[in-house]
Amino acid sequence: MTGQIATANRLVDGAVVFRRADGGWGLRVEEAVVIADEAAAETLLAAAKRDAAAALVVEPYLVEVDAAGAPTSYRERIRAYGPSRAFHADVPTRHP
Amino acid sequence: MYQYDTIDQTFVQQRVAQFRDQVSRRLAGELAEDEFKPLRLLNGLYLQLHAYMLRVAIPYGVLSARQLRALAHVARRYDRGYGHFTTRQNIQFNWIKLAEAPDALADLAAVGIHGIQTSGNTIRNVTTDELAGVAPDEIEDPRPWCELIRQWSTLHPEFSFLPRKFKIAVTGSPHDRAAVRVHDIGLRMHRNPAGEVGFEVLVGGGLGRTPLIGKTIKPFLPKRDLLSYLEAVLRTYNLAGRRDNIYKARIKILVHDIGADAMAERVEAEWAQLRDGALVVADADIARLAAAFAPAPYAPRSPRSEAVEHARLTDAAFGRWLKRNVFAHKVAGYAAVKLSLKPIDGPPGDATADQMDAVADLAERYGFGEIRVSHEQNLVLPDVALDDLPALWRALDALGLATPNIGLVSDIIACPGLDYCGLATARSIPVAQHLTRRFEDIARAHDIGKLHINISGCINACGHHHVGHIGLLGVDKNGAEHYQITLGGRADEHAALGKLLGPAVPYDGVVDAVERIVETYVRLRQDGEIFVDTVKRVGPTPFKEAVYVAA
Repeated sequence: MTGQIATANRLVDGAVVFRRADGGWGLRVEEAVVIADEAAAETLLAAAKRDAAAALVVEPYLVEVDAAGAPTSYRERIRAYGPSRAFHADVPTRHP
Repeated sequence: MYQYDTIDQTFVQQRVAQFRDQVSRRLAGELAEDEFKPLRLLNGLYLQLHAYMLRVAIPYGVLSARQLRALAHVARRYDRGYGHFTTRQNIQFNWIKLAEAPDALADLAAVGIHGIQTSGNTIRNVTTDELAGVAPDEIEDPRPWCELIRQWSTLHPEFSFLPRKFKIAVTGSPHDRAAVRVHDIGLRMHRNPAGEVGFEVLVGGGLGRTPLIGKTIKPFLPKRDLLSYLEAVLRTYNLAGRRDNIYKARIKILVHDIGADAMAERVEAEWAQLRDGALVVADADIARLAAAFAPAPYAPRSPRSEAVEHARLTDAAFGRWLKRNVFAHKVAGYAAVKLSLKPIDGPPGDATADQMDAVADLAERYGFGEIRVSHEQNLVLPDVALDDLPALWRALDALGLATPNIGLVSDIIACPGLDYCGLATARSIPVAQHLTRRFEDIARAHDIGKLHINISGCINACGHHHVGHIGLLGVDKNGAEHYQITLGGRADEHAALGKLLGPAVPYDGVVDAVERIVETYVRLRQDGEIFVDTVKRVGPTPFKEAVYVAA
């Protein structure tokens, strides 16, 4: 089965963040709360947008994930896991 | 080189102070993102996939050693230890934090650099030949004119909200290293039959989703009229350019729609009201700027260096570097040296903070403290004494900056692509890396000869794929990265747009496809023919067969 998660960039530093079940935002996609049904996804997005209005995150949106909780699109996998290769020593990349 | 005066320094520092206030209001929630976004973009701060990206202008690609050290400092202190030099002679930092952006900009302002007008619908950083002022074929040094354009266009109130962004490039040489035919305005300095130097003005060139070659609307513009004429072009565009459709808002669409002759007439009518006004370039003003770019205090030197001749004969690696990376200088006994930011398996155009600091040191030791950035995403030391070349080569080799591949198959131009960019549809950098590994054998690369590969990760064409001898454009095809291949493009004085070879190839097949294209060229080339000449002579069919039939 697939589900949806809410993602955004954190306002203060632009870091990619994922909305957790506790209403906070985590830096790892594994922390994201996965929503299976459409109505709950809309509720999740509405909550994320409130955090955008509160100047915590920027431009939140929903992303489709697979059964393992990994984003299905390669764009979102690059957001979740970093650039596809370690171009320099300090580039954070952790593609599974 | 030009040093900021009080006016320049004041407005840059005022802008940092304004931006610092705007950032603090944004972080406090007093400004919403849709209010703040245009403000940060005015200072070159984008939000990309992983972080904020800061684009810093390097006016016409000229840097002092002190400025390069400031860029190294920003890379080290506010980023992850590196920066990316772009096809517009700018540098981008990929991992900037919003909260720290004002500090980074303040540190840059201290040495007279900034991100103003590196975004938005404004006149962007003016670009030019990376060998300006030192190239033997040069008619006149374009840098004083670039600086004049910088001063005129910076914070120009009438042109701060154009229909779309606007890029001006200038060449002072007949051999065009500034790609002036694919800019909104291209300026080509040349001599008229009376022997006077002036500008040919081309308008409406550009790449992106509607690639077009610029059209000449003024074959010869006297130098004194440069600013009034530019103002007339910009005013015409500002009034007549489309604002209803972002994809049709560039000046190239206007010129294409009404035709070059009608454009020339409209500009001429506008210019008639401007040409003898306040924008006339006074001799004293341009002389003052020219003095800032006066020739360096070169020493009298022999045009032949025994040290170079000895090293060339005893060290084949030095010989290869000399052949590809060292360029003729107009002063006897000197050379311009290109530092390759295209190591095998490296991200094109990236330099680490340590490399930047080391290059700044080398610019002082083996030159007059000046560094250039080329639109091909390499660095240049413009004033190296021939006798110093062996020592400089050893120093660059130790830094990983002496790959002898300038203008060769592994000197790939690439945008950041989907690994960083929010607009991208496919990756660019890993494709470039795979290609450089495939063509790692430097003897083979030298045998293949001059060959420009350009890679863009989306239709916006920051990697200038349309004018690559081989162009690769990343597209999304059913959720997977694919690459369209174009052949026969070029950005020089014979500017041409590449032609699409056939269906896009998948990520895993693009390196093989390029290699088959190159092998086809090697099989078909005649004596002295570079890749793009062979493509022109034989047409696309043998390359199509190599890619799509053999596969």
